[in-house]
Amino acid sequence: MVSTLAVYRRLVGAQARSQASYRVSFTLDLLGNIVWLGADLLGITVFFRITPSLGGFGFADVLVMLGLSASAFALADLAVGNIEKLRVYVRTGLLDSVLIKPLGVLPQLLALDFGLRRLGRAGYALVILVAALWYADIAWTPEKAALVVVTPLAGAAFFSAIFVAGATVAFWWIESGELANALTYGGRDFTSYPITVYSGWFRRLFAYALGFAFVAYYPALAVLDEPDPLGLPAATAWAGPVVAALAAAVAAALWRFGVRRYRSTGS
Amino acid sequence: MGFVTATAPPTHFRKLQAQIHLFTAIAAAGFRRYATYRQATVAAAFTNTIFGFLKAFVLLAVVGGAAGALGTAAGYSGPQLATFVWVGQGLLGVVGYWGWTDLADRIRTGEVVSDLLRPVHPVASYLATDLGRAGFGVFTRFVPPVLVGALAFDLYRPVHWSTYPLFALSVLIAVLLSFGCRYLVNATAFWLLDARGMILAWAIASTVLTGLVFPIRFLPDPVAIALWLGTPFPSMFQTPLDVLLERDPPLPRLGTLAVQLAWAAGVLGLCRVVQRRAEHRLVIQGG
Repeated sequence: MVSTLAVYRRLVGAQARSQASYRVSFTLDLLGNIVWLGADLLGITVFFRITPSLGGFGFADVLVMLGLSASAFALADLAVGNIEKLRVYVRTGLLDSVLIKPLGVLPQLLALDFGLRRLGRAGYALVILVAALWYADIAWTPEKAALVVVTPLAGAAFFSAIFVAGATVAFWWIESGELANALTYGGRDFTSYPITVYSGWFRRLFAYALGFAFVAYYPALAVLDEPDPLGLPAATAWAGPVVAALAAAVAAALWRFGVRRYRSTGS
Repeated sequence: MGFVTATAPPTHFRKLQAQIHLFTAIAAAGFRRYATYRQATVAAAFTNTIFGFLKAFVLLAVVGGAAGALGTAAGYSGPQLATFVWVGQGLLGVVGYWGWTDLADRIRTGEVVSDLLRPVHPVASYLATDLGRAGFGVFTRFVPPVLVGALAFDLYRPVHWSTYPLFALSVLIAVLLSFGCRYLVNATAFWLLDARGMILAWAIASTVLTGLVFPIRFLPDPVAIALWLGTPFPSMFQTPLDVLLERDPPLPRLGTLAVQLAWAAGVLGLCRVVQRRAEHRLVIQGG
């Protein structure tokens, strides 16, 4: 067990060193990732230039939701985001070489292309969260403080499950391209705004059936002392970890099913 | 004396007709090339559609919250903003801002040398392929999101029939301009070898400054005007959409088209200059 961990540590270390050695590219990647998140922030700022409220919530409220959502997503992206490349590994046959090694398939793939450059995004997202919480002028209680710590972690687990589940599509459909983006990046965009913005079947599907409402919206309501306009009780704020565990179970099942079904591309 | 490269004056007279024939043949090949990526096309259309829902709801909430004098936000009504989003999602697949690194890859691997041996100007040959790609995108990437948007949302219908041909013209110019910018970004690899940083910078600018994240008119007027005149970005996305939405009276509308045309001509001209200089550099490198 100890030696297995040591192997992973060496794999990740080697990746980190190799990425950091191309300094200009690394710096640009780091900066680029930060600017991307700045685009989300800019978008919300521009919207609030035009309107005083979005879906019934003010600027500070939406900033808290963005902060929670961005932190959860950035942490997940840092941990498992590179699983997106699974379709490349399947197509090029690299997955075969991973399968014959005496280590777990998923941890190996994650170590294989560990995205050190995504550190910038994670750090920046946490800064936005802290700044948003400060700006929102919250009456702190121990419960709220605990919720603010638990929520990004639960959200990260949830988004990680979405990343892995989305990547498994490649086992069945090799040229799936950006299909999984609809749930990963789409989910991030969905959770950055109050769910009152959306309506009809689209809201029911994304918010409740897929569970995105529990990543940022409900915890943010509890932290901000706002009642849910859609009528769910305040305790819903703590549903995040449960939803994340459910999503992780589904993703794990899909992953195992996919790996077992995998027959190589024969190239 | 002198270099003999693909952009050197042709050594013999070639009929214009033959050139046009060659150009359309390459464009047709580009169309067929993208037509083979069937699964990826379906996946992209699906993803664009999901993002269409996300963006449309958010922009409608902006109008709902703004509730201006006439129920508008920055001069757009709800149906206009919904149309902005859905036609914009379709336009993405036609204008094609991201993911084109063919030239940069070929420069890095050195394969670009074989482009110079062909009896076609490299810019013209890549442009023809890109027009083929855009043509394929009209059927597969433009139509599906617009249909879904029309079914799920109340969309704006242009009042004047003349808007449709103007919109088509504006989209064509946007494709030319987008191609020119992507060519320039890729061509930096002649000097930098690794164009990834430039491609990333381009991806960011072409997302935020074109109108994709928010309509450019949501910005303060001086900023919007400076972006429109001083950068090629709004001309690639915002202009065709504003033409379709009849956002401006006829004369200013033609003005935005003129700005678009000027940018496209300037950028494509610059492509030729850059290509010529790059070829000289390549010769000096001995590569």
